[in-house]
Amino acid sequence: MSNTYKWDWGIFLQPVSTGEPANYLDWLLAGLQNTVILALSSSVIALFLGVAMGILRCAPNRWLASIGAIYVAFFRNVPVIVQLFAWYFVVPEILPTSMGTWIKQLPSMTQMMVLSTMCLGLYMAARVCEHIRAGLSTLPRGQLLAATALGLTLSQGYRYVLLPVALRVAIPPLTSELINVFKNSAVVSTIGLLDLSAQSQQLAEYTGQPYESFLAATLIYIVINWIVMIVMHRVERRVQLHGYLGSK
Amino acid sequence: MDILQAISKSLPALADGMVITLKITAVSVVVGIAWGAALAVMRLSPVKPLAWFAQAYVMLVRSVPLVMVLLWFFLMVPQLIQSLFGLSPRTDIRLVSAMVAFSLFEAAYYSEIIRAGIQAVSRGQLSAAYALGMSYLTAMRLIVLPQAMRAAVPALLTQGIVLFQDTSLVYVIGLADFFRTSKNIADRDGTTVAMILFAGAVYLTISLLASAGVKALQKGRRSFEVI
Repeated sequence: MSNTYKWDWGIFLQPVSTGEPANYLDWLLAGLQNTVILALSSSVIALFLGVAMGILRCAPNRWLASIGAIYVAFFRNVPVIVQLFAWYFVVPEILPTSMGTWIKQLPSMTQMMVLSTMCLGLYMAARVCEHIRAGLSTLPRGQLLAATALGLTLSQGYRYVLLPVALRVAIPPLTSELINVFKNSAVVSTIGLLDLSAQSQQLAEYTGQPYESFLAATLIYIVINWIVMIVMHRVERRVQLHGYLGSK
Repeated sequence: MDILQAISKSLPALADGMVITLKITAVSVVVGIAWGAALAVMRLSPVKPLAWFAQAYVMLVRSVPLVMVLLWFFLMVPQLIQSLFGLSPRTDIRLVSAMVAFSLFEAAYYSEIIRAGIQAVSRGQLSAAYALGMSYLTAMRLIVLPQAMRAAVPALLTQGIVLFQDTSLVYVIGLADFFRTSKNIADRDGTTVAMILFAGAVYLTISLLASAGVKALQKGRRSFEVI
């Protein structure tokens, strides 16, 4: 680091130079808000789609299982930034014209938020799918056989017997994925969505104090990490089943 | 057809971009594994401060987005370059910062893989090495690490494929890797849809082939071990 760099933590309280009635801290917090909304809404998509795909991958029907396998192979082998650009630049063009124009006439912020949410949601769903599959495969085969022997249908067997345990087994890896959604969401700065990382770049440019700006954003990401870990640890304790290693 | 022609006309530029992508991947895999192995050995070492350092390093790196890490190193490397590495100011700063950033970033992930490998080596190996009068470092270097690394090879290679895909994030520092080059050509020719789909197809093909290779390697080794 050059020894001529002048630290100035006061920049966050300076009014922004664009004339808006805000200071630079407000910019950072606005970015944080976008990051949180984006990460949480795409996690919901990722959870539901990922569980569905995980069930498909373990399905006794070979065709259904290969749908899940192809989904995972596709979404895990294309870089997330390429997927994001495909959602933003390609999807509106190749959709039926009416839907494409509907997307394009949305306010640009909404448009970026919706497309980024879809992108991150579908990308993370492939990873969730793998954890659900791993969770399901730890269960003894006899469980499903016993369920069907008791007269449950296949879907009831999954709904009442397999999934409740498999989802609990998958909580620790899903916790890391929830942390990953927050980290991966920083990629949306490349299409101009003003998330936390994009705002820290703007701050660096406008104030000429890149170290303070990046440190602030980095610290916020670290705090988000802790919060997710603490919350998920509580969830894990609360939903714990008795009779397993690690239960109270 | 026009689009195919446009792509084939840009192939030399795209190939240059792919060379940058592969260079970053190769350097970061090699340096990342070496530094990752050092971190794993420190993490498990009886010297507490070293263990704490390694643990803090891994925790810190793993909680920061790669985009932020790239921005950090693009900010710091130009200043480090002259004082530490003594490279001429004409060196491509973007490429060097990307290589440094990915090496240090991926090392945290590699160290976790190697640590798992070390912990899977039977305890008796280390005790036997101690009984022969070896120090912790010698025992690690000659006895434990060779076994641990061999066990970790498939996971390390898989992480290498993830790294190959992650290098596309150098977009944020404006380095003309394969993806950035594709996007630049798309902007120049007005072929955005085609170029993005093409870039995606290239990454998909390379990653799938590489994963198939890792799987084949794993299978080959397993049958070897049975014999």
